[in-house]
Amino acid sequence: MNSDDISFAPFEIKDCALIAIATGQRAQNLRELSTILNSISTDSIYYHFWGGLLRPRFDDPEFHNDFAGWVAHALHDKVLAERLAVIDPVDFEDLDALRQELIEVLEERQDELDYPIWAPSGNQFEFIRSQTVVFSTNHTVNQPMEFVEIIPQMSVGTIFFHFIDAKRRNPNSIDDFQNWLLNFGEEYEKLRQGINEIDAYFSTLVNLRNELAKLFEKFFRKAKA
Amino acid sequence: MNEINGNLLDKYAAVTGQDVIEHLRQLAQPLNGLRVVHVNSTRIGGGVAEILHKMVPLMQELGIQTSWEVITGEQVFYQCTKGFHNAMQGNHVNIPESQLRAYEETNAKTAETLRPVLEEADVVFIHDPQPAALIRHFPERKGKWVWRCHIDVSKPFRPVWKYLRNFVSGYDASIFSLSSFAQQLPHSVYLIAPSIDPLHDKNVDLEKSEIREVYNRFNIRPREPMILQVSRYDRFKDPIGVIQAYKLAKKFVPTLQLVLAGGGASDDPEGEAVLNEVRLAAEDDPDVHILLLPSDAHRTINALQRVSDIVLQKSVREGFGLTVTEAMWKNKPVIGGDTGGIRIQVINHHTGFLVNTPEGAALRIRYLLHNSDKLAEMGDKAKEFVRQNFLITRHLREYLTLIYALLYNSTDRILLD
Repeated sequence: MNSDDISFAPFEIKDCALIAIATGQRAQNLRELSTILNSISTDSIYYHFWGGLLRPRFDDPEFHNDFAGWVAHALHDKVLAERLAVIDPVDFEDLDALRQELIEVLEERQDELDYPIWAPSGNQFEFIRSQTVVFSTNHTVNQPMEFVEIIPQMSVGTIFFHFIDAKRRNPNSIDDFQNWLLNFGEEYEKLRQGINEIDAYFSTLVNLRNELAKLFEKFFRKAKA
Repeated sequence: MNEINGNLLDKYAAVTGQDVIEHLRQLAQPLNGLRVVHVNSTRIGGGVAEILHKMVPLMQELGIQTSWEVITGEQVFYQCTKGFHNAMQGNHVNIPESQLRAYEETNAKTAETLRPVLEEADVVFIHDPQPAALIRHFPERKGKWVWRCHIDVSKPFRPVWKYLRNFVSGYDASIFSLSSFAQQLPHSVYLIAPSIDPLHDKNVDLEKSEIREVYNRFNIRPREPMILQVSRYDRFKDPIGVIQAYKLAKKFVPTLQLVLAGGGASDDPEGEAVLNEVRLAAEDDPDVHILLLPSDAHRTINALQRVSDIVLQKSVREGFGLTVTEAMWKNKPVIGGDTGGIRIQVINHHTGFLVNTPEGAALRIRYLLHNSDKLAEMGDKAKEFVRQNFLITRHLREYLTLIYALLYNSTDRILLD
């Protein structure tokens, strides 16, 4: 296929903003945490794994999901914190499977402990969910090469929407960049592979943007040569 | 107001980066022409008025027809709302029936005065308890009403909260500053952290001469290390613990100076007592400077934060702790109490240290003063963390997002075309 002559829709660059909502559900020990996890909406699980990327949080957190962070800082159970921290949401088919894994790890730890550990008052785990507003930036991309210039200028909201959120939204569970490149057939196979290898979970949105920008830049520099 | 502040967004772009402002413009575009009204109880003084002084013109500049109204009343109304404020922070306050009547009557009168503007509004933000009862007088309202609570209500005095909840329950949504403050209500409870205004006198860059002037004014030696805590003289802020930490650290850093900067306490018997305890604990140490500054000494506080090496906020109970945010904005690592909103700002070993005792604070003071590279690195990280998360532009973005959430009855995702 000649990529100069595209017959499919251009890549519409969107942006998003997120707002947090209290669910009113609070846990003070592991038993309460697993009980609430059993019934809390998947939106809340999503928020506690991925929402940190778009809300006030330090860019270099010790733990990449809120459950591990709370267990370490409020319950001071480093063993469980490490087990929770290593859970990578990308490994799971959907959020319900991720929920089951969390409950499994929590229950295993409760079996090991002789007595329940309580978080101090005022330091409970607060279950939060979020609402996301997706809006147009009024920019479109017609040719993959245009991304070389555009990606470094993308907002972190745009990176979140097209890279993180897309995996949950798209039926094939891959990001919007790869999905759009699929339209061009084999021509950008290597570029797609590179995008696919980016480990989004242990990164920040700024780092993700840099990684994507580098990949596109390198690919098209080579293609030119 | 729009004309006066025609380039307000550009001024913020110089601080936050153009991408942040562009993001706001795109987000606000579909809201062009929307009518938004903010109602609070004062235009002068206090954190809410400070935020609204910038939030309102910023929203206007984004094309949203935004106005700001104020509820005013007789002295008994303010006595009542001061009681509400204290009770919501956990003090056991019995509010007499006569004050509650004055509160409801003042809201009823204000409702009539503001009826045209509030009935026409698409979105109404009611700030804090003072105007909360207005909603009772608009049973046929067309717009969405949201109650914004700026107070630490993690442990409210229940009888007073029960009274106020009768009004708050009628809103379409409410906003609290931290998840630990959020109360159970029959509508969506949003979480929006407070913010600082980088262009306010408290935070704006100062000329070197203005910064240096505080050395002379307060007899601070410029070349010797100095630590600072800015807060009113209140036991929850633990000023005695700060002096203990200073004394422990001074054994190892003999030239260390401490500045405690707080407001006057003449109308507050508890504050007066704490101030006396602080003076006693300082034992006439000439290197401990206990300052009583007027409430509008913003530039002085700003300069003090800039000349200090480390800022402390050793609170044992804290709301959000905007003094922490302000210090971090001036590239200062903060040694803070492990409580409230300090926890989400002070990231151990990155933007400062969380401590639980004077001993812990003293250890961290010594560590930072002996590791100047680390001190500078943490200060830079602290400023960047505030830039990304706690400036008024982020606050504005969340208000815009909330407006969409109110206008669209969607659960988790709102797609704008």
